[in-house]
Amino acid sequence: MLIGDYKSTYAADEAIFRVWPVRFGLAALLVALIVLPFAANSFIVFLATQVAIYTVAITGLNILTGYTGLISLGHGALVGVGAYATAIFANWLGLPFWAAIPVAVVISSAVGLMFGLPSLRIRGLYLTIATLAASFIIIFVIEHWSSVTRGDSGITLAPASVFGVELVSDAQKYALIIPIAILAVLFAQNLFRTRVGRAFIAIRDSDYSAEIIGVDITRYKLLAFALGSAYAGLAGSLWAYNFLALLPTQFELQLSIVLLAALVVGGSARSLGPVFGAVFVILIPEFLKWIFGFLTPLSPTIVEYTAPANTITYGLLIIVFMIFEPMGLAAIWTRFWRYINLWPFSP
Amino acid sequence: MEIAFIIEDSLTGLMTGGVYALIAVGIVFVFRATKVFNFAHGTVMMVGAYFYHTITVVLGDLGIGSWAIYVIGLPLALLVSALFGAVIERVVMRPMLGQNPFAMIMVTIGLISVLEGGAAIIWSSNAYYPPALVGLNIDFVGGLAINRQMFASFLIAAIVFATIAALFLKSKAGVAIRATASDQSTAYAMGINVPGVFSITWMVAAGTGALAGILLAPLNSLTPSLGAVGLSVIAVVILGGMDSVIGVLLAAFLVGWLEAMTNHFLGGDFKEIVPYVVVLVIILIRPYGLLGTPDVERV
Repeated sequence: MLIGDYKSTYAADEAIFRVWPVRFGLAALLVALIVLPFAANSFIVFLATQVAIYTVAITGLNILTGYTGLISLGHGALVGVGAYATAIFANWLGLPFWAAIPVAVVISSAVGLMFGLPSLRIRGLYLTIATLAASFIIIFVIEHWSSVTRGDSGITLAPASVFGVELVSDAQKYALIIPIAILAVLFAQNLFRTRVGRAFIAIRDSDYSAEIIGVDITRYKLLAFALGSAYAGLAGSLWAYNFLALLPTQFELQLSIVLLAALVVGGSARSLGPVFGAVFVILIPEFLKWIFGFLTPLSPTIVEYTAPANTITYGLLIIVFMIFEPMGLAAIWTRFWRYINLWPFSP
Repeated sequence: MEIAFIIEDSLTGLMTGGVYALIAVGIVFVFRATKVFNFAHGTVMMVGAYFYHTITVVLGDLGIGSWAIYVIGLPLALLVSALFGAVIERVVMRPMLGQNPFAMIMVTIGLISVLEGGAAIIWSSNAYYPPALVGLNIDFVGGLAINRQMFASFLIAAIVFATIAALFLKSKAGVAIRATASDQSTAYAMGINVPGVFSITWMVAAGTGALAGILLAPLNSLTPSLGAVGLSVIAVVILGGMDSVIGVLLAAFLVGWLEAMTNHFLGGDFKEIVPYVVVLVIILIRPYGLLGTPDVERV
């Protein structure tokens, strides 16, 4: 039971992790993340890495869609830009990973900014359509600029290497990707306590009012695009180093929809939302595979239905959460802990 | 000779434009009446084409001749699709009534996935070629090769489009729809059955969409990804302006023609990207479209 929330300094009031159970939970999570590669088998480690990559991508979408209110259907394609930029620069210039990642981030940020330019004139629906168009155009360029991207046959890159050690095993990649993902999430968490983050939220809630109270809408909308796309680029970069082989079809509209589904299910405009969402969208295919594993003896052809079943589940999740719990799992999580905190007195 | 090819391709493009107009009218209709931009319209169209496919297969199994396709198959497919549209509206869109546009858009995006996956499970992802309403022959008119199915598609699309547009302007239901579009609460107060209007618009949209799907499927092949055509038709809607029926018609022809010309000069790969480039340019230059009226928003 946690009754009262006593603070005696402003610093304590502004702290991100305000009460001891949160700090304790966070410490426990960090310990678990450190222990995981030693305790679990490589498939679990691989899934955890995937969750981290998706978390970064969804955090970027959260900045754009959740906090600033600009729905993007091109986020998956921007992840693709980041991944391809990493692969191309690592191959051509032989950049090491610590140089290739920032380059990829800057490039996706620039591409995102370019497609964000229409947001200066238009809002809401039109912007969603502009990002949809961006998604198709980006994938088209990746598929047809064969001399650089190798087109439909895909591209490969050398593993990242740290002090001469090539990161090839799942645990090694995990050790590279998880810390970067944690830093990225913390940065986003902090962003919304600053002037910039508050400006984003003001634009989402009512852009005219935001303009009246002195928020430079043009600048902050573009900044939101740049930041969101930078996260997408970072996720793409990590994706490239995790898989070491890329195909253009991986980044089509379907990925953008999956990312949106994750954001809605996890809870938009909450820092924890992307984490929940990422866990959810990574586990769903595994869960379905598991279920179909039971059904296969009954009918051997049922495996063919796995991919459509995935697609349906993502779509259904968006619809069901939008209708019944638009704030997502993060809201359920908050309610749950409030209930526990107030326990004998909770309703 | 080169010029003859260009004319031929232009005609093909204009005819495809007719079908685009038929698809676009569904998006515009639903948007006008319910303020929902239906990203899933293409997938609704795809499902309608599958209904037609199933019905023709069943008719074929029953051994009923090809005339049954026109007398039973087509009307039944359109009816089932319209009912399907009504069901979507009632089950998925109605609970969202009064929500912000963000939630509505997200729900239609979710629908894309549900319908695409559903079609792949029910009908498998193999390509089908349902019977064309008109033979796929090619006629030569004064040295120009014209695809008969395409020409018929164009005629049918044009007739249906004109009928819908006329009904929208003149009929009682059309007036109710326009009243709802301009002010929902006042429409309620004047005794218009607003949820009923929503149902009707979704039924009309799904029905016309299904017809477009039936016209496209024999040419493009019927797979769960036929719905992607609906995404490129968004370009038509934006180019025409969301509140102008004539604008949409012109835009449909323009986009169809541009696609055909791109196909002619740059090859088929570039054709698929044309609508998206068009939409980006339009959004930058003239966001309210060719003949649409600029949005005036009161705060």
